Amino acid sequence: MRIPCPCCGPRAMAEFSYGGADLSRPVASLPLDAPSAPDAEWNDYVYRRDNPAGAHRELWFHAAGCRRWFVARRDTRTNDFLSEAGA
Amino acid sequence: MTGYSALSLARQALTGHRSWPAAWRAPEPRARYQVVIIGGGGHGLATAYYLAKTYGITDVAVLEKGWIGGGNTGRNTAIVRSNYLLTANSHFYEHSLKLWEGLSADLNFNVMFSQRGMVNIAHSNAEVSALHRRGNAMRLNGVDAELLSRDDLGRLMPGLDLSPQARFPILGGLIQKRGGTARHDAVAWGYARAADARGVDIIQNCEVTALRREGDRVTGVETTRGLISADKVAICVAGDSGRLAAMAGLRLPMESHVLQALVSEPVKPMLDVVAVSGALHVYINQSDKGELVMGGDIDGSNSYAQRGDPHTLDHVVESAVALFPAIRRLRMMRSWGGTVDMSMDGSPIITRLPVAGLYLNGGWCYGGFKGTPAAGTALAHLVATDQPHPVATRFTLERFDAGDLLDERGSGSSPWMH
Repeated sequence: MRIPCPCCGPRAMAEFSYGGADLSRPVASLPLDAPSAPDAEWNDYVYRRDNPAGAHRELWFHAAGCRRWFVARRDTRTNDFLSEAGA
Repeated sequence: MTGYSALSLARQALTGHRSWPAAWRAPEPRARYQVVIIGGGGHGLATAYYLAKTYGITDVAVLEKGWIGGGNTGRNTAIVRSNYLLTANSHFYEHSLKLWEGLSADLNFNVMFSQRGMVNIAHSNAEVSALHRRGNAMRLNGVDAELLSRDDLGRLMPGLDLSPQARFPILGGLIQKRGGTARHDAVAWGYARAADARGVDIIQNCEVTALRREGDRVTGVETTRGLISADKVAICVAGDSGRLAAMAGLRLPMESHVLQALVSEPVKPMLDVVAVSGALHVYINQSDKGELVMGGDIDGSNSYAQRGDPHTLDHVVESAVALFPAIRRLRMMRSWGGTVDMSMDGSPIITRLPVAGLYLNGGWCYGGFKGTPAAGTALAHLVATDQPHPVATRFTLERFDAGDLLDERGSGSSPWMH
């Protein structure tokens, strides 16, 4: 699998680390007030995943290259990268 | 069903093995069943078998989109063990191992369960300490475990590189002598044949395309072979758990990943235990045909592709060669990948879902094959009684809401790290 790094171009998968699904974190208000924290939202954020068979927005880290984090869209059925966007 | 025995084998041999009956029927799906099980792998077939055998529920269909045992049941490295650290996992997998020990007789089908011993190898003092801890935890839970010195390891595995010049010098190990391997296809076939004999319909080439609901209750499934009504529907689809759950509008604490394995060309017997190195990320055993069967970690990124990247296989082979230098010129014959259902804490989920009559068995990570008999037992118990089986009470979805995780590896909610 070759991964399109936005900085270095397509490089071998072995150069990258995976960062998981690109998720938006629920808003945490400061100061933190545990009893009023939105449990369901945080629970979803930490544990639940869409896990699609198809287009998946995900984070990659070019560990053995430019060391840049970026977001990519990949088809999880074919490993084809669909588009790329900097993060 | 004709029982298999030495006598039946001799009788068939006299007629050139031309009159063996089919091991299971190929029925047309009926319009309605009491229980429909989605997924004809080891887990689904075992569930059907125990529903029929233990709970007397024989009005059951197992729906398989391809052929039975063609998914992860036929893609794993066939290792069976119960060397777990956490009590809930230990009890579950030990229950499974005890079922494995009587499985061939129970099914009247030789699953070639071989208790050749399961050896964990330690390469650092920290790892030796961790194996002490694991061994003690196992013995406290009634599971057999013995610590091994370097000399013990050398006697067990003459090919192991115990020299101080090894890439990762070996300091000690832990063996579970009751662990070993089984013939993975035979597990699917044995359960299929035994379930079929008790009246279960096994329906292949039948893919579920939608779940039917009325209100909060499941009423059946739509399939490529028509609508099938059911009082209860159990999902046993490993890497496709998320897709089935999505049909019910649910998101699971699970991701699908590709786990690869490979085999070498066959050689004479050189390794008669299962060897695992956690530090090198490799497990290796020799099949009865002489092939060295090995695997390592998942590739790391979500995947439904059932194939992976070569660099993962490179790592497996490099690690295997570091342990057993004599194999470095062996050719690799085949590699393949399976879609594993990686849960967020590395432990399985056997639970009722928020839709009445709908059940899920998934989240097996690397451990689905060895869990097959116990998963079937536990899911059958849950479907029949709506109560969790005593060895599977912790394998709920609610544990993620409560923060009461079963994180055997301690790597948190990053499924690709388990």
